[in-house]
Amino acid sequence: MRRGFAVVAVVAALIVLARYQPPYYTSLLTLALIYGVFAMSLDLLLGYTGLPSLGHAAYFGSAAYVAALLVGKMGAPFAIAIPAGLLAAVAIAALFNLLALRTAQGYYLMISLALSQVLWSLAVSWRSVTGGDDGMSIARRPNFGDWLGLTLDTDFGYFVVVLVVFLACLGALRILVASPFGYALQGIRENESRMRALGYNAWAYKYAVSLIAGLFAAIAGELYGFLHSFISPAALSIDLSAQVLLMVLVGAAGTLWGPIFGAVLVVVLQNVVSTYTNRWLFVVGAIYVLIAMFAPKGLFMRWRMRARGEAA
Amino acid sequence: MTFWVINLLNGFSFAMVLFLLAAGLTLIFGLLRVINLAHGSFYLLGGYVGLAVMQATGSFVAALLAAFLAMAVLGAVLQHVCLARLYKQDLPQALLTLGILFVIADVAFLWWGGNPQLLPQPEMLQGGTRLFGIPYPIYRLFLIVMGIAAAVLMWLFIERTKFGAVVRAGMDDEEMLRGIGINAPLVFTAILALGAGLAGAAGVLGAPMLGLYPGADFEVLLLAFVVVTVGGLGSIKGAFLASILIGLIDNFGTIWFPQFSLFTIIVPMVAVLALRPTGLMGRA
Repeated sequence: MRRGFAVVAVVAALIVLARYQPPYYTSLLTLALIYGVFAMSLDLLLGYTGLPSLGHAAYFGSAAYVAALLVGKMGAPFAIAIPAGLLAAVAIAALFNLLALRTAQGYYLMISLALSQVLWSLAVSWRSVTGGDDGMSIARRPNFGDWLGLTLDTDFGYFVVVLVVFLACLGALRILVASPFGYALQGIRENESRMRALGYNAWAYKYAVSLIAGLFAAIAGELYGFLHSFISPAALSIDLSAQVLLMVLVGAAGTLWGPIFGAVLVVVLQNVVSTYTNRWLFVVGAIYVLIAMFAPKGLFMRWRMRARGEAA
Repeated sequence: MTFWVINLLNGFSFAMVLFLLAAGLTLIFGLLRVINLAHGSFYLLGGYVGLAVMQATGSFVAALLAAFLAMAVLGAVLQHVCLARLYKQDLPQALLTLGILFVIADVAFLWWGGNPQLLPQPEMLQGGTRLFGIPYPIYRLFLIVMGIAAAVLMWLFIERTKFGAVVRAGMDDEEMLRGIGINAPLVFTAILALGAGLAGAAGVLGAPMLGLYPGADFEVLLLAFVVVTVGGLGSIKGAFLASILIGLIDNFGTIWFPQFSLFTIIVPMVAVLALRPTGLMGRA
């Protein structure tokens, strides 16, 4: 009950904040929410199932590209383009994970990275379709007409849409992780062979959660594409996959609030750093090193300790 | 005929550069269970170190040695100072080596700039020769010889020496290794130094052919990943065979399907994974 009030209060505060601050900050807030969905989707794999993916941008970017191509180049209506983008990303997840899940644990990270890089290189080199490195602009945002007096073309209107989608995703993921399915995933993370001995088909669970994670990453990706009405290979890049990994690890992997917190932190950090220096790559690299060196247990405590049944 | 000879040899010479990278990567992965995302950075940085030494001394051999030693030291430091603390924690290890990849990439960009730099070929190996009446650059033939020599040496080292036996034993049962009184952390540091040194040497050897530029680190890293996956965990023989396979496919792929270069690499990986999830020569 108390938690419900807290959520309502935070949502109300966010809406007020978004309404009365400069548009630039409103779009930052929107971005943080989008990354929040993205980070939660990765956490399903990483934190809940124990699958270390370093190619999660593949689903984020491919959904955005497919939707953008359908709307921008083919003039398709949003009612078709949006589901088509999601479907495409899930299909890619279905294909990629068929391969990545065949291998031993350590390989998952390498193969997810290599496969996502294939899509990135496709986006860069297939200039006639994707616009190559220059990216492509999407003519317009989805507009369902005026809704409660909100036009989705404004930054605030779009913020509200993203907030609604964000809350829906959060709710859906909460139900998912608290369901028998979610507990089975955590069981597989802790001790896969035991779960198999109990009669669970571990592979099927891992495959299913990969598709679900792909779907939520795709939702975030489409929201991202329409945010700036622009999409470029950066949305498929290792840089983004690494950033979302950081979001999950900075917060607590294996919770839903951790990745949201991490997403906010990364967006703020990115914004602050880029006003002072253009050496973002150096700064982010140094942050990765420092976190890995000095806080690996702190950030992993929740599930590492449980995983090994020992005090950190 | 000319087309085939030239491109087979091109593929082979590229494969040898890949092998030097992948051999270290597969040993590190097999023994330490570390996915070293900074492996490509050793390649790039080694190439730049070699370039600097070559400009200072004019000696290709000195450049090669300097790059090997400098990267071996860097690798040993990385293992001793950073990775040893994160033993068997795969995600922090990945985050750490990724951070190092980014930091080295940015520093290299600041220092050497964004323009591709070509390491000059050693004087003895400049120019071309004729093979079956087809003109072909000597340097690439030299690379093939070097690669095969390195492969034979590595194989002898791992399969025929006591240290190699320790490494192989460590891949199978690392706790047992400690149990019989072997200083496992020292072996780990040695393997990371060796792998990093080989990657640095690969940077010098590959640079006259491929050039050094921002992003090269990541490109070779991906190819080396594919080689390790196809070849199988911890296997030198597997790495060698897979390097040749991937080197050839990459070469012909870029000729025939320039827009889909990475796709052509992924296809053999998919095929191998479908048939043998542990790779061509991998242990179960």
